[in-house]
Amino acid sequence: MIIQALAFYLFAAVTVLSGAMVITARNPVHSVLFLVLAFFSAAGLFLLIGAEFVAMILVIVYVGAVAVLFLFVVMMLDIDFAELRTGLLRYAPIGALVGIVLLIELVVALVSWKGASEATANLAVPTPPASTTQNAVAIGELIYTHYAYLFQAAGLVLLVAMIGAIALTLRQRPGVRRQKIANQNAVQPADVAEVRKVASRGGI
Amino acid sequence: MAEFLTGYAWPTILIVLEILAIIVPLLVGVAYLTYAERRVLGAIHLRIGPNVVGPWGLLQPLADGLKLATKEPIIPSGSSKVIFLMAPMLTFLLALVAWAVIPFNKGWVLANVNVGVLYLFAISSLGVYGIIMAGWASNSKYAFLGGLRSAAQMVSYEVSIGLVIITVLLCVGSMNLSDIVEAQRKVWFCLPLLPMFVVFFISALAETNRPPFDLPEGESELVGGFNVEYSSMPFALFFLGEYANMILMSGMTSILFLGGWLPPADIAPLNWIPGVVWFALKIAFVLFLFLWVRGTLPRYRYDQLMRLGWKIFLPFSLIWVILTAGFLVAFDLLPNA
Repeated sequence: MIIQALAFYLFAAVTVLSGAMVITARNPVHSVLFLVLAFFSAAGLFLLIGAEFVAMILVIVYVGAVAVLFLFVVMMLDIDFAELRTGLLRYAPIGALVGIVLLIELVVALVSWKGASEATANLAVPTPPASTTQNAVAIGELIYTHYAYLFQAAGLVLLVAMIGAIALTLRQRPGVRRQKIANQNAVQPADVAEVRKVASRGGI
Repeated sequence: MAEFLTGYAWPTILIVLEILAIIVPLLVGVAYLTYAERRVLGAIHLRIGPNVVGPWGLLQPLADGLKLATKEPIIPSGSSKVIFLMAPMLTFLLALVAWAVIPFNKGWVLANVNVGVLYLFAISSLGVYGIIMAGWASNSKYAFLGGLRSAAQMVSYEVSIGLVIITVLLCVGSMNLSDIVEAQRKVWFCLPLLPMFVVFFISALAETNRPPFDLPEGESELVGGFNVEYSSMPFALFFLGEYANMILMSGMTSILFLGGWLPPADIAPLNWIPGVVWFALKIAFVLFLFLWVRGTLPRYRYDQLMRLGWKIFLPFSLIWVILTAGFLVAFDLLPNA
């Protein structure tokens, strides 16, 4: 038991500290690496409460894919650190204001939180107890059996977002020659080469 | 005190011993994989390969390791030092921790977790960090280009590896690696899922940055890619990590498609041989394929690599997932149904 408690405090402390480092680190690449560390220790916390499937998905999706793309973009940014410092005081009041408003809203929402009766009933028994069913089985049952249509709708929303992103950045460039591999493979020797008898001193 | 001994001290010692029993053979395997690679490539090129140090050159890996360890480690002055040194350690560490869930025989596994496949997938998707961190921290153009290439390549091929894993899971009904091996008692998955086996093998080549997909370190255009600035032990750690990853990917291939520790057929002379030997033989076979491919094929061009990953493997494996699922549902073959 004591080892679990120690592990919890370790992961929790690392999560909070690296979360703080994300916003205080001077170098944006260091920020992203601390973000990765935060994700990773959050996955550790999930493991401790027995949510092994969620922990692994967190690592695969966020650490393995999303954060890599973050890092990819941030590494290629051309950032002037001196310029970055100067704006700090100017933007600080606005940032603080937004933060305070968010905090007040969160407190209000938490104090007066009351779910619809139907939703509360659903929340009470969403899955079979963890002792009888595996994590992944329980989540699969919930998503793909009970809420299949909602799940598909969420997928459609993502698809629309993806198409939107492509449509916004698509640029038709005229005069681009594309490689057509099928055509290249279909080329016969007779199409591209010709054997000729060249008369001596005659030329072609 | 007695409770402390039986409750904490003894299990800890036991786990440390088990970890050593996995890591020591693994590192020896890595050392002799470099030797095997040079001998196999030598045979393919009609050369002899290393045969001078020790009998048949068997001490060559030791000599190489000693040479690397005694070189001077150079840290470029423009580099980001902490990340520069962390990158090789991370690569090496990730290549080792993945072995925690690999079952070597029935019940021979350090951590028999329910989400074993996902754990392996997660660890292998983290491998990109070592390379991308090395590329950025070196503060050098070649290293940076190598890191970027590697990031794009590994993220692309992970997608099709994920879909291949889903296909296998559909046929097994469990994410536990031991269950996956047991499900292949009747027939190894490489036969019914042959196309997926091929996709997985090629994606494994791309995921481990092996030829013909070794663009991150393409020496003809990038000098040496992400590890240009490394020397001595940090370089050796990258090297060890890459080869340990190769063995890991071969192990994954044998577990998912070649029946892990199971003999080819459950008949008398074959099932006398212990399972761990079969597992090692299968790993050695897949590793030989890795080396064979390296000796045979030229390097891919970068745009062709991306095209292969996104325009061919991704749609193909997606369609195959749907076909497999449809087949299993139509003929009522779904496990645990």
